[in-house]
Formats: sequence, structure tokens, C-alpha cells
Amino acid sequence: MDLTLYVWRQNGPDEKGKMEQYEAKNVSPDSSFLEMLDEVNEELIANGELPIEFDNDCREGICGTCGCVINGVPHGPQEKTTTCQLHMRQFNDGDTITLEPWRAGAFPVVKDLVVDRSALDKIIQAGGYTSAYTGEVGEANQTLIPKPDADYAMDAAECIGCGACVAACPNGSAMLFTCAKVAQMAVLPQGQVEAAERVKNMTEALLNAGFGNCTNHYECEAACPKGVSVKFIAKSNREYIKALGK
Amino acid sequence: MQMLQSSIGRKLVMAATGLCLVGFVIVHLLGNSSIFIGADGINAYAEHLHSLGPLVWVFRIVLLGLFGLHIFFGIQLTLENSAARPIDYVEKQNIRTSFGAETMIYTGLAILAFVVYHLLHFTMHVTNPEISVGVLPLDALGRNDVFTMVVLSFQKFFISAIYAGAMVALLLHLSHGIQSLFQTLGLLNGKTLPVMEKIGRAVAVVAFIGFVSIPVSILLGLIKV
Ligand code: HEM
Ligand code: FES
Repeated sequence: MDLTLYVWRQNGPDEKGKMEQYEAKNVSPDSSFLEMLDEVNEELIANGELPIEFDNDCREGICGTCGCVINGVPHGPQEKTTTCQLHMRQFNDGDTITLEPWRAGAFPVVKDLVVDRSALDKIIQAGGYTSAYTGEVGEANQTLIPKPDADYAMDAAECIGCGACVAACPNGSAMLFTCAKVAQMAVLPQGQVEAAERVKNMTEALLNAGFGNCTNHYECEAACPKGVSVKFIAKSNREYIKALGK
Repeated sequence: MQMLQSSIGRKLVMAATGLCLVGFVIVHLLGNSSIFIGADGINAYAEHLHSLGPLVWVFRIVLLGLFGLHIFFGIQLTLENSAARPIDYVEKQNIRTSFGAETMIYTGLAILAFVVYHLLHFTMHVTNPEISVGVLPLDALGRNDVFTMVVLSFQKFFISAIYAGAMVALLLHLSHGIQSLFQTLGLLNGKTLPVMEKIGRAVAVVAFIGFVSIPVSILLGLIKV
């Protein structure tokens, strides 16, 4: 199939960017979205033009490196799917596709579709860890954790840190990312020791990094390639209330 | 104090004040519906409120404080949120949110403007003094004739239209706000959130119909002096 692409091109963080038009010809419906971009890039390189920069690593939907806003939706039209796992059969011959980077003040554009997401690391550094000694390998199983709690923590830990929640949020907020970590640790005994500081420090880091505040649009959950639920935001709000007196 | 700088802390203030304001809206609606009983209903209700004396003033000041906090943080958070995306998308498609959620600041400001007008109209008798309590004669039992003031006011189409427009803003604000406040207070989970979204919308619709039914009934001549 043949497609028309409108892609955000920006040479560097301080350069002015703009949308440019490209034609993608003879795209196989079985190729992945990034393979389609690879082919477009090969042609650009052959013509002596700069290829379109985009982030990617595992191409298996597990690392969280890839991601751009495809036709206005982070990671594109297919639910619970990363950009690298999106396939061209989701599109039709003759379609127009717009490609933009994650848009947030806290995510400055590095080049084209690549943004700097180290603001998310700052949030993790503010409390997304436990200082409790959890023992050697075998000893981990000595702290018994009820199955529902383990499942809950695992659901929250599904976050791959791609930043689609920020890109989707009308307020450019990283609440889903932050709260998934707060909630994951709040139900585990090792995490409970630092629960009160964690929720305060991580949400403070969120504001300091320049992210917005949550107003419960729930766009984050809809865009999350792992389906991380906004129930973790409610959980973190409870954790914050519990921490108020401390 | 740290709470009033924090992201969740300020949202909690929005939610708590929002909850109180919703409570006020519901009580106000119940009070207003006494107009359907006729002059005896609403004039007695107004007389009763004024007989509370200083309590009325305590109530007014608390309400003003709640309203002020809600507006202050509403504007502050909205400004921060729009600053968080300095460069907008060329194309952005929202999947989950609602028109009500996207327009909270506008419907909020519309409600604020309406509240100012509403107070000038029915409380301070500034906008239409000729048909207001103070100029109108007392009713047969010697009470302020609130009933006649309301009926003569809403018989003016323009005044009814202002009230109806404001109630559309309230409808939109509450259709998002009610479920949002319970989520902010941490009272929802994956199962109860969709239920609360429905309840919130239902309450918003009931409040809308309740308030608007008064000017509509008067314009249709179902309630007359
Ligand atoms: C009768 C009057 C009002 C009622 C009953 C009301 C109710 C609510 C409720 C329940 C919320 C949800 C709080 C939360 O998400 O935790 C809310 C949010 C909000 N309100 Fe109001 N409000 C009123 C007036 C106003 C006014 C006058 C403004 C003017 C600026 C305003 C602006 C906002 C904003 C910006 C939000 C935040 C949006 C969000 O969190 O999604 N509201 N309101
Ligand atoms: S490249 Fe690893 S998730 Fe897409």
C-alpha cells in the first residue's frame, strides 16, 4: 500500500521544527510501523537527505524506548500496543499519517521524533525504590506476600516508562507513571517503610520537572500500551492522605 | 502548608471544596423547589432562612471561603497545566476524556460570573429593583414576597435565558466534577470508577433539570402571580 506521511522534523533541541511531507510506497501490510519508517529512511539516505530520527530498542514492546504520536494518539490507533508492535495492517492504502514527538515541556525534543525523557528518571530518583534490605536470592521468598497484593503490584509494575501517559494527558502530567510506582510499592512490605515520604517526594519531583497536575481525564490509561489503570492514581491519592499527618 | 504547594494536596482542596459546593447546590435546589408549592412555600422558606440571623452570615462566609479556595486553586492548577505543554500537537485525538472535563475552567468561570449576577439580582436587588423585594409589597402574611419577585423576573425571557445558560455550565462542570472529586479523594477503584462516572452525570442532569424547570414553568405560565 501507499501512504502519505506528515512528520515533525527538527534538527536539534534549539532548532525550529516543522511538519514535512513524505510518501511511503509499496508498504507491506505485514511490516511493523518502525520497519515502514526504516524503509522511508533508506530512501531518504539514498537521496542524500537526513533520515527521520525515532527512538527504539527492543522492538518487542517491552523496553519502553519507542513511541511517537501517530494520528494524534500516542503509539497509534491499536489499543495496548507500543509503536514498535504496531503493524501496517492497521492502516489502509492511501491513508495519511501524522507523526509527532511526545509533546511536553518536561520532554524537550532532541531531534525529530526523539525526546529527552530523563525527567521521568528524576521522579524515580525521588522515591521509586526501597532502601530496605531484601536479602539474597532465595530469601526473597521468605517474606510472604498475599497473592492479591502481589498481583496488584505486578499490574502496576507493568509500566515500561515510555511516557505515552504524559503525551496523551491534556495537562502533560506524569501522574500515571508516578502513581503506578507509588502504588506498586505501597502494597509490598518492603515498600511500606518509606511509603509516606515516597508519595510526597515523587509528586513533588513531578511538579519540579515541569509536568502538569492530574485532572482525571483518564487519557493516560487509554493511551498506555500496558493498560496501566488509573486506579493506581486513586491509590496514590489515598497514600498521600495517609501521609499528611506524618 | 507544604500541602498547598503539592500537586495532590491542591487537588484535594479542589475536591473537598467541590464536594461542599455540590452539597450546597443540592440543598439550594431542594429549597428552590418550594416555589412549586406556591407563594406559601417559598416565602415561608425565605422567612425561615432569615430568621436564622447571624447563622446566615456564618454560612455565607464559609461558603465564600470554600468558593474562593476552589476558584484560586482551579485557576492556579489550570495555568500550570497549560504551561506543561508549551508546544501543542498539530493533531491530537482524545479517546477517553469528555467535553465537560476539557472545559472545566470555562464552565467554572461562567458559574463565577453567574453567581455574581445572581447575587446582584436576587440578594442585593441591584439589577431589577422595580420587581424586587423591598419595592414589592409584603405578602398577605407580612413576609417578603420572594415568590412574586422570582415569578416577575423569570417572566422576562432574557433573565430566564441567563439562568438557563448558567445551568448548562453547571451541568457540564458537575458531569466531570463529581466523579473527579471521588477519584481525587482516593475513594474509587477500577470497578467503582465507571459506576461513579454514571452517577456523577446523573446527578448533574437531575440538578440541571431541577433548576431549569423553575424558569421554564414560569415562562410556560404554569407558575404565575
Ligand atoms: C457551584 C459552584 C461549583 C461547584 C459545585 C464546583 C464543583 C467542582 C467539582 C466537584 C470539581 C472536581 C474536583 C476534583 O476534581 O477533585 C471541580 C473542579 C474544578 N472547578 Fe469547580 N465547582 C464550582 C465552581 C467553580 C468555579 C467558580 C470555578 C472558577 C474558576 C471552578 C473551576 C474548577 C476547575 C478549574 C476545576 C478543576 C478541574 C478538574 O479537576 O478536573 N469551579 N469543581
Ligand atoms: S522498542 Fe522497546 S518497547 Fe518499542
